[in-house]
Amino acid sequence: MRRIFVIAVPYLWLLALFLVPFLIVLKIALSDMALAIPPYAPTLDFQAGWAGIKAFVSELDFENFTFLASDDLYWKAYLSSLRIALVSTFLTLLIGYPMAYAMARSPEAWRPTLLMLVILPFWTSFLIRVYSWMGILSSEGYLNQFLLWIGLIDTPLAIINTNLAVYIGVVYTYLPFMILPVYATLEKLDGQLLEAAEDLGCSRLSAFWLVTFPLSRSGIIAGCFLVFIPTIGEFVIPSLLGGSDTLMIGKVLWEEFFSNRDWPVASAVAVILLLILIIPIVLFQRNEQKQRESEG
Amino acid sequence: MRRLSLFNVTSLSLGFAFLYLPMIILVIYSFNASKLVTVWAGFSTRWYGELLSNEAFLDAAWVTIRVAVMSSTVATVLGTMAAWVLIRMGRFPGRTLFSGMVYAPLVMPEVITGLSLLLLFIGIGLDRGVLTIVLAHTTFSMCYVSVVVSSRLASFDQSLEEAALDLGCTQWQAFRLVTLPIIAPAVISGWLLAFTLSLDDLVIASFTAGPSATTLPIKIFSSIRLGVSPEINALSTIMIGIVAVGVVIASLATKRSVLRQRADEHAAARAD
Repeated sequence: MRRIFVIAVPYLWLLALFLVPFLIVLKIALSDMALAIPPYAPTLDFQAGWAGIKAFVSELDFENFTFLASDDLYWKAYLSSLRIALVSTFLTLLIGYPMAYAMARSPEAWRPTLLMLVILPFWTSFLIRVYSWMGILSSEGYLNQFLLWIGLIDTPLAIINTNLAVYIGVVYTYLPFMILPVYATLEKLDGQLLEAAEDLGCSRLSAFWLVTFPLSRSGIIAGCFLVFIPTIGEFVIPSLLGGSDTLMIGKVLWEEFFSNRDWPVASAVAVILLLILIIPIVLFQRNEQKQRESEG
Repeated sequence: MRRLSLFNVTSLSLGFAFLYLPMIILVIYSFNASKLVTVWAGFSTRWYGELLSNEAFLDAAWVTIRVAVMSSTVATVLGTMAAWVLIRMGRFPGRTLFSGMVYAPLVMPEVITGLSLLLLFIGIGLDRGVLTIVLAHTTFSMCYVSVVVSSRLASFDQSLEEAALDLGCTQWQAFRLVTLPIIAPAVISGWLLAFTLSLDDLVIASFTAGPSATTLPIKIFSSIRLGVSPEINALSTIMIGIVAVGVVIASLATKRSVLRQRADEHAAARAD
């Protein structure tokens, strides 16, 4: 009896507030495109029994999806989200890996403090961390003031409202997601392997490329997915740091919903976004599982 | 002791400068007297005064705190139950769907979670306000709680629980007297995580909040959309300060409990 209760409470909660809402999105995505208020045709009539369900299913159509395919705004937004996510994941790796490496090589007594310094920004508001770059990157911002003052540039650089600002924002806010898994694999690395490589005539650099880097691969993959997956659907960073020509699908969905009030199209955008995300999520899960198996 | 090479020292100092400089600049410029945020015009606490007399911000802060306390508390209970189900309940019909539903919200883009919950609330005719934000926040943060708690549940020695059962505890007593004290640190960090997630959330709250309830992130977002504002600098500094104080207290507390544990172990060893 108690067993059923313990299972049922979280189960029903998630069914009602996770699965059902998602099914509603799916249904509205397949409903008629309309700039009207709900309910959207077709409606499901349970009283009519099986015939009602059949009528409901036969009226669902892919109108919204053909609309998405015909308007190149959406294609461009999906592609540009993927591109921005890829570039910023790569940049995060470029900055995060040396930091994780240095942390793993630092004296053991320092490590808890260094780790805490990496985690600390997590507890600070995401919105504020993105906001802090608005003052730095704007045309009369601190960075331009500094560069003008040391005489490196004559006219302020236009960084804010460009994709470059979005990259900076993503790298800044997601850097801990990259550092932590890479650090975890590097810290476990057996130092004797490197000594062996050097004894066998490897230079430091080639020992790194032949031993350290391949052994930290699972951490790199985990870190990359942890940055890549949430960046694709990101809304806050492109809308605060990006410009009007920064196309990201999270922003498009938001505007479709709040500005155009076209719920069926917004729902269809959401469904496609999820379909795109399934591939990296499955790959990520597989990497995690492999890692667990190799440890266990 | 190994010494760090020049390369490692450089990458650490540049990396941490990158992580912390923006926030340090933000804090410094919150004490700027000028209305022009990027031009320094002397020290002043003027913006703090203006912030604290701004009713709209205070109201939003109060809504946010209420939402965060309620949603993180419910999420901790539900998340701990979910973790228990996943780790201890073995097989039952629908288990795959359940574990899918626990992990999916972790990777779900916030815009989709927000949109789907809003469509649900409208579908069942629930007025948007504090209640709907609490429901939404509970749903996604319970999944984070369950991940934190289930890793602790999976790693601890189950024979302790079996011993309690053998000694005549009911299952509930065994949970309350043996399991809960052991997993308590994970449950507490789960609560803290849920609390910060709720405080921080802009996207899901924007979808699920009605005109009657505005949370602080929504308020901040609408006032920084057009640019930097000195009042928001002051607000950010207060929020960064609260986090810093919280972290210092938490690390002192763990240090003390580690010391006490060591002292206990010493005493136990001597008693042998």
